[in-house]
Amino acid sequence: MSRIAARLAQRRGEGRRALATFITAGDPTLDATVPALQALVRGGADIVELGVPFSDPEAEGPSIQRSSERALANGVALADVLQVATAFRRVDADTPVVLMGYLNPLLRMGYEAFAKRAAAAGVDGVILVNLPPEEADAAQTTLAARGLDLIFLVAPTTRRERAEHIAARASGFIYYVSLKGVTGARHLDVADVERGVAALRAVSDLPVLVGFGIRDAESARAVAARADGVVVGSALADAMGERATCPERIPAALESWLRPVREAIDER
Amino acid sequence: MPARNDPPYAAPDAAGRFGSYGGRFVAETLAHALEALTSLYETLRDDAGFRQALAEDLSSYVGRPTPLYLAQRLTAQVGGAKLYLKREDLNHTGAHKINNTVGQALLAKRMGKPRVIAETGAGQHGVATATVAARLGLECRVFMGATDIERQRLNVYRMELLGAEVVAVESGSRTLKDAMNEAMRDWVTNVDTTHYIIGSVAGPHPYPMMVRDFQAVIGQESRAQCLEAEGRLPDLLVACVGGGSNAMGLFHPFLDDAGVDMVGVEAAGLGLATNRHAAPLNAGSPGVLHGQHTYLMQTDDGQIMETHSVSAGLDYPGVGPEHSHLKDLGRVRYAAATDAEALAAFRTLNRAEGIMPALESSHAVAWAMQEAARRPASDIIIVNLSGRGDKDIDVVAGLGGDSAP
Ligand SMILES: Cc1ncc(COP(=O)(O)O)c(C=O)c1O
Repeated sequence: MSRIAARLAQRRGEGRRALATFITAGDPTLDATVPALQALVRGGADIVELGVPFSDPEAEGPSIQRSSERALANGVALADVLQVATAFRRVDADTPVVLMGYLNPLLRMGYEAFAKRAAAAGVDGVILVNLPPEEADAAQTTLAARGLDLIFLVAPTTRRERAEHIAARASGFIYYVSLKGVTGARHLDVADVERGVAALRAVSDLPVLVGFGIRDAESARAVAARADGVVVGSALADAMGERATCPERIPAALESWLRPVREAIDER
Repeated sequence: MPARNDPPYAAPDAAGRFGSYGGRFVAETLAHALEALTSLYETLRDDAGFRQALAEDLSSYVGRPTPLYLAQRLTAQVGGAKLYLKREDLNHTGAHKINNTVGQALLAKRMGKPRVIAETGAGQHGVATATVAARLGLECRVFMGATDIERQRLNVYRMELLGAEVVAVESGSRTLKDAMNEAMRDWVTNVDTTHYIIGSVAGPHPYPMMVRDFQAVIGQESRAQCLEAEGRLPDLLVACVGGGSNAMGLFHPFLDDAGVDMVGVEAAGLGLATNRHAAPLNAGSPGVLHGQHTYLMQTDDGQIMETHSVSAGLDYPGVGPEHSHLKDLGRVRYAAATDAEALAAFRTLNRAEGIMPALESSHAVAWAMQEAARRPASDIIIVNLSGRGDKDIDVVAGLGGDSAP
């Protein structure tokens, strides 16, 4: 069983919800990333999403745009992200790592070369924001051959027939986008999320993790009660941005930000 | 070049692919809106009522047909092939952009969407969008890079007079590509109420096809006008290529005419060897940006590069996917003109013909003049004069282009 499936099955078995975190690799420096990931795991993260910085992050709000810009200012490339993943895997054998970003850097490296290097780095899955299922055949086949999950997104605007089609080819988990908007948006509506997740459950048995717009323990608690887990990102990007000039203070800040979120989703 | 018995040109396919280019690489939230737009457009394009409404708007509001003008003094000065100018600068609002916004505004109305958004570089597409929004009573927001706002002040003021809100985009290179990112973010957020009027043959399916179809009126008219004036088709078509809409509009109706050569002129900026240009078809490689697979200016790591051109409307690191396809097919050739060549052509056309071209269009004029000199007087060249240059007077004056040639 893959690390992703194992971790999500374990949480399901315990009757607990999963917590996934997103930070951009190389923000604010490459050296800061592994300590940040370890701090997130200490704070309660079940899955760590590692952002691959991109010059044109179309679906991101200002927080994650800026984290991508900070990483790119350091010249961080996909090859560097894979090295960070390798270094993290050396100190953490169990926590699933999911790379998240936009298609072009992968396309440029080549799907085959990327899949090989990502598998060797101990990466478990990939989320590509601008790769919808219609365009995903080649990427998914190549990644699957190396044991990597291509994780698809479903949005509030996704119609039922399309959701069925996505569910039929999804693996790992389904990422439900909580709202119409960019990451970090502030108009989360829990009733909408409940309806969306319920509709998704009607067509898929895969775990559903909900992201976009979850900013604190309260919103995490409310959403976790209606899904298999939550993803937090923009708030972490802000915390890192505030400490960009003193990266040694990032791990403690991330850990103490995340712990109450973990507690909130565990209490429900 | 296709032989006589080749099947007629038919791209894109149902998935919006032009060969291996195009497609629909967008965030899931937009998938439904793009599907709905595609099926509405496919129904309406064959609908007699819609075609009638569009034709009426194009004649009574835009001012079509535009003339195909024989530039006699320019031809004599260059000393070679006959140069005709397709006068898109004479359209209402001063560029070809309105051919597309009139069509998309009709679609927005049919969809019952009360709000439209647009990205703009030179401001011409923003003005054309603000104009149709004012006419139909739609709310309008235009995204424009902060750098472009500086160099195209006149158009910013025009958009505001028309009642549009102009949003300065400060991220990335602060030009057209960043404006497009920001427009996509707005669309994701307001997709229920908003239609995104993309201004070129770029972006996810159906935009490259739909915008091309709306712009094809340029080529349809040119074809009939050339037959009327000369009794035969032209030998060569020349148009500048930013996203590529004025070029696709001119070229498309001629693609099955094997004897008609076509050249798209990209912005060579400070020179193709400098990396300070905006010429992905000349110096880029395929990748995915803004929903489309196409030639891009990108680094070895797959990051999109910052571009440079004296003309804001050509300052874009990608290009419409159909041009990528036509390049690989060898059906269209892609050349480039530098900032300096475009500025010289801007001056020349003013003096020779009393016509002030947009800096974008000046790239096509510059290359066509060089090519005309290499061709016999019996050849016919049509240059797409995509817009007028009033908006560029500040830039040209700032670069000393107002002095005598
Ligand atoms: C006059 C004019 N020509 C050309 C362009 C470039 O766009 P396209 O290549 O889509 O025709 C612009 C864009 O702003 C323009 O204003």
